[in-house]
Amino acid sequence: MKLDLYAVYSIWLREMIRFFRLRSRMVGSLGAPFFFLAFLGIGFGSAGSSVSAIPGIPEGINYISYLTPGIIGMTLLFSSTFAGLSVLWDREFGFLKEIMVAPVSRIAIVLGRTAGGVTTAIMQSMIILISGLAMGMKLPSIEGFLLSFVFMVLIAATFIGMGLAFASKMTDMSGFSLIMNFLIFPLFFISGAIYPIERFPQEARVLVYIDPLTYGVDGLRYSLIGPGANTLPILLDLGVLALICILMLGLGTYLFEASEVE
Amino acid sequence: MDNAAIAMRGLTKKFNGFTAVDSMDLTIDKGELFGLLGPNGAGKSTIIKMLTTMLVPSAGTASVWGHDVASDRDAVRSSIGVVFQDPSVDSMLTGRENLDFHGRMYGLDRSTRQKRIEEVLDLVDLKDKADVKIEDYSGGMQRRLEIARGLMHHPKVLFLDEPTLGLDAQTRRYIWKYVRKMNEDEGVTVVLTTHYMDEADYLCHRVAIIDNGKIIALDTPENLKDMIGADTITLEAQSGEDALLKFLSKMEWILTREVSDGVITLGVDHAESRLPQIMLDACQNNVVIRSVSVHEPTLEDVFLKFTGRKIRAAEAANQARMFAMWRKRK
Repeated sequence: MKLDLYAVYSIWLREMIRFFRLRSRMVGSLGAPFFFLAFLGIGFGSAGSSVSAIPGIPEGINYISYLTPGIIGMTLLFSSTFAGLSVLWDREFGFLKEIMVAPVSRIAIVLGRTAGGVTTAIMQSMIILISGLAMGMKLPSIEGFLLSFVFMVLIAATFIGMGLAFASKMTDMSGFSLIMNFLIFPLFFISGAIYPIERFPQEARVLVYIDPLTYGVDGLRYSLIGPGANTLPILLDLGVLALICILMLGLGTYLFEASEVE
Repeated sequence: MDNAAIAMRGLTKKFNGFTAVDSMDLTIDKGELFGLLGPNGAGKSTIIKMLTTMLVPSAGTASVWGHDVASDRDAVRSSIGVVFQDPSVDSMLTGRENLDFHGRMYGLDRSTRQKRIEEVLDLVDLKDKADVKIEDYSGGMQRRLEIARGLMHHPKVLFLDEPTLGLDAQTRRYIWKYVRKMNEDEGVTVVLTTHYMDEADYLCHRVAIIDNGKIIALDTPENLKDMIGADTITLEAQSGEDALLKFLSKMEWILTREVSDGVITLGVDHAESRLPQIMLDACQNNVVIRSVSVHEPTLEDVFLKFTGRKIRAAEAANQARMFAMWRKRK
């Protein structure tokens, strides 16, 4: 199959134009993670203190440092799922047809969307990272900062694939709040983004390990805070997340290809 | 050299047992401005969707510019432009950005895109609105932009699905003008669907009348109307009716003649060319005519003749059938 890089770039460019044109949407979607960061940070951590109110957080790490990678995970989760689901909007407003009759492979369309979604999700994550630093998070190392990009790309691509899979199976927007409340929020809460996964009872642990975001948040902690902040081995995080990412993108592409435009 | 732009052989599409397009055979020549005319629900849009690779045929074959629509989709996609029935522009982008995106998707380089954007915007008179977001366009402007976009990449065949649906009379006239102009100036083969009789009559070189997924008539609008036969001239004499009838009886080209309550109805071959002679003879025979009216057959009459119902009635029936199907599915 032909991989049309120029088409990938065009679709990415469109996403960028839309992202910067719809500033209110960008600010709006950052509201929730920002307030989670600010208010959980105030409530459970004490500024300047390395002792946190939540047991199980590794020694010497203040809560805001611990929380910020989790909230970055949240930002990536929400932003990317929306990016995947935005195919629904394109179908609703007819633009999907314009893309579908173009002499461009379906894979190029998916890759273009993914590239656009990943870029916007990472830009939003950077704003959350800066907010976290302003609230007292310790500066990450250069290598850690670079490594965090690998995790951010993987997390974003995973959930874009998931959103795309759902969008291909849905005929309208009616299932949207179901996905929001019964999938996205649980994925966020059980990922260990707010408190360590050891706090979950043993019986619920299997759900924790099914959640791709668990590995993503753990990897982000390793990258942004430093070795020792992670719960699972870093190579396990990387391997499992990469695998799930490929599966999700594959599923999304497959279902998107199979879906009829009308 | 094969002169067919589009060739369908036994083309069929079924949805859950309902046959939308029923083994259709049709050849459309290169350079033609061809119309698929029929009521809503007749299967026109389904034909367009198969020809534009949006739907896969259930049976039969179709080729566009020599490329098979099922097995050679990318080649078909590169040879066609499509203007869909429903809006398909990104309303957050400007007109120019929409065109630019389109050009990129069809692999045009930057300088070609820039040149071509100016050309097509000029064709549809939208140059001054190029940098306005589509959400601030009127319905007619949006339609014109979509037509311009369909032409951007020099398609061999342009499909227009109900190009003037829901537009006011003046805008429809404009759209017709643009469609003609691009068929003539750019030499592009145009296939359009419509359920407006006047649109098919005015625009198309040839028309296929479609009902229930089948072609029921296929010819030039003129020949189709000639099949109905006579134009009718209705005369009402104020005085000298007898003299009038006397000289009318000598005119051999009058096909039918009816008189009731002083109103004379004549069936003739070409009303426009016959009427002056009737009026001239009336003057010479001192007949005073109170009123004259002429009715020429329309494509509506053709549809009525072949299906036994008016196109509006056919639409109502199609809607009822689709509603029944939809309820069954639920």
